[in-house]
Amino acid sequence: MSIFIDENTKVVYQGLTGSQGRYYGMLNRDYGTQVVAGTNPKKAGTDVEGVPIFATVADAVESTGANVSCVFIPAAGVRSAVLEAAEGGVELIVVITEGVPMHDEAFFYNKLKADYPGVRLLGPNCPGLISPGKANIGITAGHIAKEGGPVGIVSRSGTLTYQALYELKQKDIGCTTCVGIGGDPVPGTSFIDCLTAFEEDPETEAVMMIGEIGGSAEEEAAEFIAANVSKPVVAYVAGLTAPPGKKMGHAGAIVSGGKGTAQAKMDALAAAGVRIGQSPSEAGDIMAEVVAAL
Amino acid sequence: MDLFEYQGKQFFASYDMPVSPGEAVTTVDDAVAAAERLGTPVMVKAQVHTGGRGKAGGVKYAADIDAVRTHASNILGLDIRGHIVENLWIEKASDIAEEYYVSFTLDRSAKQHLGMLSAEGGVEIEAVAEENPDAIAKIWVDPVDGLTADQCRQWVLAANLNPDVTDQTVELLLKLYEAYTSGDADLVEINPLIVTPEGRVHVLDAKVTLDGNAGFRHDLAPFDATQPRDEREAAAHAKSLQYVGLEGSVGVIANGAGLAMSTVDVVNQVGGKPANFLDIGGGANADVMAGALEVINNDPDVQSIFINIFGGITRGEEVANGIIEAMNRVDIASPIVIRLDGTNADEGRALLEPHLSDRLMMAPTMLEAAQEAVALAKGAAS
Repeated sequence: MSIFIDENTKVVYQGLTGSQGRYYGMLNRDYGTQVVAGTNPKKAGTDVEGVPIFATVADAVESTGANVSCVFIPAAGVRSAVLEAAEGGVELIVVITEGVPMHDEAFFYNKLKADYPGVRLLGPNCPGLISPGKANIGITAGHIAKEGGPVGIVSRSGTLTYQALYELKQKDIGCTTCVGIGGDPVPGTSFIDCLTAFEEDPETEAVMMIGEIGGSAEEEAAEFIAANVSKPVVAYVAGLTAPPGKKMGHAGAIVSGGKGTAQAKMDALAAAGVRIGQSPSEAGDIMAEVVAAL
Repeated sequence: MDLFEYQGKQFFASYDMPVSPGEAVTTVDDAVAAAERLGTPVMVKAQVHTGGRGKAGGVKYAADIDAVRTHASNILGLDIRGHIVENLWIEKASDIAEEYYVSFTLDRSAKQHLGMLSAEGGVEIEAVAEENPDAIAKIWVDPVDGLTADQCRQWVLAANLNPDVTDQTVELLLKLYEAYTSGDADLVEINPLIVTPEGRVHVLDAKVTLDGNAGFRHDLAPFDATQPRDEREAAAHAKSLQYVGLEGSVGVIANGAGLAMSTVDVVNQVGGKPANFLDIGGGANADVMAGALEVINNDPDVQSIFINIFGGITRGEEVANGIIEAMNRVDIASPIVIRLDGTNADEGRALLEPHLSDRLMMAPTMLEAAQEAVALAKGAAS
């Protein structure tokens, strides 16, 4: 089993005709993902390396049965792209695009929650998600992940997600699904959403969680884990030594007023029974111990 | 991006909010000329991207022109929490009967906008929140529904403001919310929002942070030009690199914000001091790598460089070629330690092999690379 996506997932790419969308869309197809459609209102009826292009997501869903959309539209167009996808009838919208304005994110997050409660949003500004051996949607390099289980991964950081997948593969540990939730201020899918899904997934037996400074998502996850998660969780939090008030690349990665520090997050997670690695590789070592003891 | 007070007031004025007339100046003579045009008394206010201006002597009342001259010359050049004052805002002084506090920002946990309103303005709101949290009336606004006049009225009531100014305050709150949303602000804060003895509600201070991602909807160039940056950050910014200057001696280059942060952490963990955070992003080609090395190379405090690359989509051999080409193009003053992992790392390492020397070293893991870079930096310093 896996969460959110599997071998039956059919994906429409909004922005498949652009350079990024085409590049990663084709890599995803090479991986084995069912890449069934792209959209571009000006190029409907054409194709990208055999993948048909439709004017809208609704058209693509109707013709191909696509149930997931992956968005590679430039930031200025993401708000309408997300609403179009929800309207079009997909179950999951994965927004890879970075640099989406906060007010747009806050708007479409709440719009989906109110009008399309059955639609899951992942991102914006995330690497996407991969269920190794089944489907890969987004910009994760598929071959750094070992298929199977028993570990599920959820991460706020792109490269550290890859690092985690790779650490586990080096130790011959498989992954059910790896979800990059992104580091933006209003992530569509939270740590808690993923922890809930991993807790319910019978093949996921342990969870690797990668956080970073800023916000309080890790603290909220810690509270949730203490109350609701029976499976072992191992965590790493980046930004232990980041100076307060400085933006560290991601919109989300900022420490202000002594809140959202890596130490506070690690303490909260540790208090919830989560084992903490001081570096990504230490977290990998701990996970190897956890998996060996399963 | 953080706006100066005067820019924040101009921003508010463009949404029809009541602000005082004033002028931004950079010299004592211009301050005097501005005060003469405005008519005394005026306030002479330091424009810096930090709080605590009043306590530091950066905000002064000037009853006459002589006082303007004295205060302007004292405040220009003043160091306020590490920020040197280069700009002044000369503003017509206001009489104050009451001082309130109001702000809007995103509540990341609730994923809605949070408005805070208090009758106890003019002081540090953090202190109010600590000592008398009930004095702050909070409202959560769904971005889809927006904010209504009725909600504002309830909110004003909850904050126990002077009932005589309820209508004016409601009007101001609606305009402030409009400025916050339509203007793509991450934060709008007025402290204090005052009531004059004549009963007029008036904006006396402005703290505004605009969302740099919304540049496609707004002209942010004038605000971008006044962002505080050290020289290293300005150089990196010009090359579109994500760079934050730190105080140490180990230059750090990594791909991805998370990995770059993690690299800074590991350098600290093994007893070193990072000179910077530098994220070159996903595609580490030769141009980007050369640009990053140039930025690090121009930092005189750097004694060693730690390049930490994890190849995901980016392939190891491309990264290796990038580093080799960059080293041919840029004369690097400090020794480099590379950790290269991930996609096609073996091919990348093989390419680097013939170039290895005491100026370019390779380490098998992040930790060992950090230890080596820190040892080199310490060796160079002693």
